[in-house]
Amino acid sequence: MSREHVLHKVRTALGRTAGQAIAEPPPARLRIPVVDVETRIASLLRNVEALAGKTRRVATREDARAYVSGVLDSKSAVASNAPFLRECGITELPGVRSGLTDAHELRVHCATAGLGITSADYALADTGTLVMLASADEARLISLLPPVHIAVVPAERVLTSLDELFTVVPHPDARTSSMVLITGPSRTADIEQILVRGVHGPGEIHVVVVG
Amino acid sequence: MPATFDQKIHETLADANLQLAIYTATGRLMDHRKHAVEPAALPDYQELRTNAHAIKQHAIDHLDHYLEQFEANVTAHGGKVVYAKDATEAADFVLALAKQHGARLIVKSKSMTTEEIDLNERLAHHDLEPVETDLGEYILQLAHQRPYHIVAPALHMTRYDVADIFARRLGVPNETVIEKQTMTARAVLRQKFLAADIGISGANFLVADSGAVVVVENEGNARLTTSAPAVHIAIAGIEKVIPRAQDLAVFLKLLARSATGQALTVYTSFLSGPRRAGEIDGPEEFYVVLLDNGRSRLLADREKRQSLYCIRCGACLNHCPVYRKIGGHSFPWIYSGPIGAIITPQFLGVMREPGLPFASSLCGACAEVCPVKIDIPKVLLELRAEVKKAEEREGKGRVERLAFKLWAWVMCHPRMYEMAAMAARSLAPADNSGWMRRVPALMDLPPVRAWLSQRDLPPAPPRSFREMWRKR
Repeated sequence: MSREHVLHKVRTALGRTAGQAIAEPPPARLRIPVVDVETRIASLLRNVEALAGKTRRVATREDARAYVSGVLDSKSAVASNAPFLRECGITELPGVRSGLTDAHELRVHCATAGLGITSADYALADTGTLVMLASADEARLISLLPPVHIAVVPAERVLTSLDELFTVVPHPDARTSSMVLITGPSRTADIEQILVRGVHGPGEIHVVVVG
Repeated sequence: MPATFDQKIHETLADANLQLAIYTATGRLMDHRKHAVEPAALPDYQELRTNAHAIKQHAIDHLDHYLEQFEANVTAHGGKVVYAKDATEAADFVLALAKQHGARLIVKSKSMTTEEIDLNERLAHHDLEPVETDLGEYILQLAHQRPYHIVAPALHMTRYDVADIFARRLGVPNETVIEKQTMTARAVLRQKFLAADIGISGANFLVADSGAVVVVENEGNARLTTSAPAVHIAIAGIEKVIPRAQDLAVFLKLLARSATGQALTVYTSFLSGPRRAGEIDGPEEFYVVLLDNGRSRLLADREKRQSLYCIRCGACLNHCPVYRKIGGHSFPWIYSGPIGAIITPQFLGVMREPGLPFASSLCGACAEVCPVKIDIPKVLLELRAEVKKAEEREGKGRVERLAFKLWAWVMCHPRMYEMAAMAARSLAPADNSGWMRRVPALMDLPPVRAWLSQRDLPPAPPRSFREMWRKR
């Protein structure tokens, strides 16, 4: 269509020629404070709670499984293929469907499940954020379609902030087609600015930090 | 000032409920922002603004380079970039793709850019069913209305309006509890997401070094729009491109804080291309429509170019004493408030609504809260000069020019000034509102009346400063 037309207009307006070299962009601004792991985890949990998320710090994988089992309470769930969930024994819990690799099948299960269980690639302490990279281990819809999302995260994956995330993952596109940051439960304030949770995504989110 | 702008302003001012709604909503957003950017919450806020401005300036100054880099990276990830010079080309692309896929149902997440090009109307005209999925936008679509605000589109509506719209358009019982209204929308739209053939999103940022589209939102509707259907189309203005993924660390810290006072929105999606081998879900096809639609024209002027730095946070609307009185629908185009006042004339031509750059007190609040430091008052002044030049070319504004010449002459002659002030005092006293809203019959001419219809003049004091000085 209009590729050349648009680029030509842009170049003419800027007084540039095709392929002309550019000045260096301003240096990237990434600052990572040194924060010990316990402080990071405490901050993550505090910030998730401030957004009405539920949190639990557990010492062992068995404890993580027990917590998830409690939330599950005979509801149906879809769990992602993250190895960590399997290692915790969460995929073995009754009512939990895991190991889905077909998009259609996954969607059907997610659309009716009461819970979506995932791990997370990272968590950001400063903002109470989960970072999910789509892969064979983590599907997009598990943290999106069910009304409740539980994320079970190993303690060492808790980073300080966005700055650290973009330092550890400077090129998210090299690893996935979709990196999503999740900060609290789905919400809206579109009618009279009254906060309502769970409008399209999960209205309830649990963050379980293990170890 | 043409009748429509003027008339809409007066209608808004006369509507007490609407005045309260705008005042309350913008006031709350101002409050949220204030807490989110105060030093205790974000110590390096000012530094981040300076940095964001520098990055945007660099990106816009080298826009062709970054567009090509973005395109190359999207292509490398298996996506496709399409350039559209105007609204028709953008819509034609979507129509052709829909036809090729035999698609009918299209879910959309909130996008001012698609509002700009009337995409829904164009698609509906060709028997497609575009469905807005952001709650506010969905309500507006059902009510056939335009967004009232860049980030809070249904800011002017109450739960009772929504109850009425849902009852009428969805055939559900009249329900005024906001939580229940929200769940009604969730249930209806969930079915649309699962059945849709195509998802159309906007983009908050286009990341050149990653070929990625970044979308921020709170509801999850943009994630569903970009994840559930087999085809994802992102439609974005060419000015949205930033150089690196790492620059997001700066912009994401500013955007949500400035808009709603959140540290981050609930969801931030960084999407680069279609689903990859091994990934379980996500779209099979990924397109980015890069829309010009007048943007390249704005680039030519070095000063006014900064209008394209905008990241659409809406903070300038919330803090604008004019927007807070006249609301969003008084503005001639979908972009309202101070940012609307500077981009509308540049997109549509200054004479489309010559009153627009003048509808500002130049108080500077917009520039002070702008996360990318756009000097909106400065651009407004330049646009005012352009309007006056255009009017002069068209032979308009003679009376006004004459009036200002007379004014200048009076101001340069102290005796004349004193006489004029005396005359004003005796001929035009304040009315019971404490303001001078009428002029004496002798001066009650159409241009004077028009001028005063937009302005409140304080009454002349009983004694002038000069008189007091002489009698001290």
